[in-house]
Order: sequence, then C-alpha cells, then structure tokens
Amino acid sequence: MSKAGAPEKLIIDGKRLDGRKLDEFRKIEADVGMLKSSQGSGSFAFGDTKAVAGAFGPRTMHPRRLQNPKKTVVRCKYFMAPYSTEDRIRPGHSRRGTEISKVITEAFTNVIFVEDFPKSVVDVFIEIVQASASTRCAGINAAAIALADAGVPMRNLVSSVAVGKVDDTIVLDVGKAEDNYGQVDFAVSTVGGSDNFVHMQMDGAVTREEFSEMLTLAVKGCKEVYDKQLEALRKKYTKEGN
Amino acid sequence: MENELLVKERQLVLPGDVMAKGIDFLPGNGCYRDGQEIKSKLLGLVRSKDRFLGVIPLSGVYNPRPGDGIIATVSDLQNTFWILNINAPYDAILQLSEGVEEFVDLHKTDITRYFDVGDVIYCKILNVTKAKSITLTMNDYRAKKLLGGMTLKVTPSKVPRLIGRQGSMIELIKKNTGCHIVVGQNGVVWLKGENVDKAIEVIRMIERDAHTSGLTDKVTKFLGAVPEKREELTEDLNENTDEFVEENTEGGELNE
Repeated sequence: MSKAGAPEKLIIDGKRLDGRKLDEFRKIEADVGMLKSSQGSGSFAFGDTKAVAGAFGPRTMHPRRLQNPKKTVVRCKYFMAPYSTEDRIRPGHSRRGTEISKVITEAFTNVIFVEDFPKSVVDVFIEIVQASASTRCAGINAAAIALADAGVPMRNLVSSVAVGKVDDTIVLDVGKAEDNYGQVDFAVSTVGGSDNFVHMQMDGAVTREEFSEMLTLAVKGCKEVYDKQLEALRKKYTKEGN
Repeated sequence: MENELLVKERQLVLPGDVMAKGIDFLPGNGCYRDGQEIKSKLLGLVRSKDRFLGVIPLSGVYNPRPGDGIIATVSDLQNTFWILNINAPYDAILQLSEGVEEFVDLHKTDITRYFDVGDVIYCKILNVTKAKSITLTMNDYRAKKLLGGMTLKVTPSKVPRLIGRQGSMIELIKKNTGCHIVVGQNGVVWLKGENVDKAIEVIRMIERDAHTSGLTDKVTKFLGAVPEKREELTEDLNENTDEFVEENTEGGELNE
C-alpha cells in the first residue's frame, strides 16, 4: 500500500500530520458575491483547497436542441486552474474534470426546482484556484453558495465533505498527504445538513462497519459545512442596516 | 401537529429555511411545502398575508407575468412580428396587429418603419403560456417607443422599491435630477436627459440598500432635496411596514 515518498505514519498519537484531531476540519472560509460579472458567486476553502464558483441563470438554453420543454437544464462545469497544483495542469477539459462536472450536475439537479423555468438553463462554473485534496467538495460548497446568491429556486443548499481512511483510522476532511498516501477517500454531499444524500464517491476498500462509521462522520461534517455556508450568506445581507 | 409560525415579517430567509410548521399555513411565491413544514425556495425576505407565506427574492431573474409593463429591446423581426428581448429567460413576440394600430399593407410596407432591431419600447405582456411563449401588446395607454436615452438593468424584485408608494421614490429622483426615467417591471430602466449619471448613482444605491429601512430619507439626503414635511413622514412609516408589496407596483412609471 505504501507509495514512494510516503511518510511512515500519517497519524501519530491520535493527531494527524498537520496537527488536527481525527474529526477536525481544516480552516473553513466561505464568501459570497465576489464576482461582479456573474449573477451569483461564492467561494469556499478547506485550508489550502480553494474553490470559486459563479452561477448564471435561469437563462435561455442555446443550442435549442438541448432545451427541455418541461425542465431547467443544469450545467455545472468543474475546472482546475493551471497553477492550482505543484505540477502545472493543462487548462480546459479533462477526463477527470468531465466526470466531476457530471456528478456535481446530478447533485444540483436534485435540489433545484427544475419545473419553475422550463426551456432554460442554469450554468455553474467552478474553478479550483488552489488544490490540496477534496477539491470537488469545496467546489460543490462554493457552487451551492453561488446558486443561492443568484436567486435560483432550490430546496436547500448542498454541503459536501470528504472523509477517509488513513492508517486504518477514519478521519474527517482528508488533507493532501492523507489523500495521496491514505487508504480511502470518500466524498459525500448532503442536502441542507440532513442525511439525504445527493452525491457519494469513494475509492479504496472498506468493511461494512467502517463504511457506516465514515457515513456518520460525513453527515456530521456536512452539517458543520452547512452552518458555515448559511453564516456566509446571512453575513452578506445583514452587513448594511437591517 | 401544532401550527407554528417560525419567521417574522421581513426576516431574511435562505433556501431550505423552515418558515412555518403545520398544515394551516400555505406556501405562496418563493416557498414550498415539505411534509408538515413550509420552507423557503430562495434567498429573500418573508412576506405573509393571512395564512399565505411568501418570500420576496433579493436576487434572481425576471419571471414574466401577464399584465406586466416592461421595457423590451427588439432583437429580430420577421414578416409580421418582432422578437424582443425582455430581460427574462425567454424571448417575447410582438405581433404586427398588437404593435400597430393602423392598417398595414404588407406588400407595400417594410415593418421596420414601426420598430427596427435595437429599438427600445415600453409595452405590456399580453399572455404567457405554460410553454413560456410570451406575447406582448402595445395596446396600453403607457405603451410607446422610447427614443434615444440609455437602458440600465436592476434586480427585478427590487423594482417596487425603486418606484416607491404610488411612484413616490421615482418621482423624487425625477424631480431632483431633471432626468426622464421609465421603469419596467422586468428590471430595465430607461433614462434620458440631464444628470443621467446622478440618477444612475441613486438607482444603484436603491438597488443595493433595497432591503433596508429608511430608504427614502437616504435618497432625499443624497439628492440634497428638501424633505417633504408631514406627508412624507407618514408615507415613510407606511413604507416600512408595507414595502415590497407586489400589489402596489402598478406597472412601471411613465411620465415625461
């Protein structure tokens, strides 16, 4: 299981490499409305992982053959900035980006009221500005903020977190070393801090017990992320007056 | 199940916030029922009327409704109709019969003599079908072609605030800037004349602070206008309790 360059131990005396406890997040930062040219925007950061999202719509769907006469089409695009990692990433579409875009699109299609604006499209562009594990989770969290800011009718916000198995221990908010050298990386997205799931992705092998333990931890983590998202959105509209 | 109202009037709610519990409350615009609870669909302010709960959005696109007075831009034309951009997710159609009162002999006339691509017009929404095909009409006393000037876009849900009670806010701006202003319910504002820059600045300020109270005072102060005495005060009090009330947004304001 060990790869070249891997640290001997990822968990020492119950603490992780960056000094966190097993169920502790990296520093979470959320912001609303920093992109002036998009209808709604949001950013979300787990420590060094930073994502920015811009939402547009509902607007007319072009090309018209992609219109759905009964529903809003949701299009989420996930991109990593060329400078987001240690090695330069070729900008634009990639195999990995396309897959992540697809799962994010499906997650948001479940919460947006697609019947309210037929024949239209809601576009969400997610840009990973800095990557250090669980980028898709940060991207989903930023996109949820952006959609709320854009005024797209939604059932609730989507909150996402990655849990993992490192040195046979379940940990919350997988960091970079843990992602690279750990055993399992499990990204989970829930609706509004509840235990309704809209997205789950996992690699690695776990037992049934470990899986349910990870899921419980993920739900707890998502609740915490959800609170941060709400806090950021509330802050923007209570800043001046009111 | 107990019936319980969990929000106050004009409270800020986010998508998914529980506004009320129990089946005695009914979801209006901007909310939905999830089992026993009524939740918000949007980021906005709560407005309730009897048993109905609603959310007035603070952002979002214009959702066309029949009867709305809007400002539209001609984007294309066919033999007998014009296609207009109405600042909504859908384009609208203005039929020749709805756009022109006189008889038009199509063999001899080019309909660009009435409206051409790029023209800005104030018109009314005649109908919106379920498939979102929108028809417009010029058959309204306020409908007209807007010549020259410039257009500006504001958040459609903030238009009532920009107009004010019986047009008080927009009158205040017009009177103190000497600018011709027309406001469409689709969030398009048309301006022409002197002091356009100042008018734009005020409109942007209203848009930014639309969810706060005491807006009339702020605008009066900004424009350096003399506050109207007694009447203005009572009006402002009413405004604080009833602002954003959609019923009061009788079309746009057309006054030159």
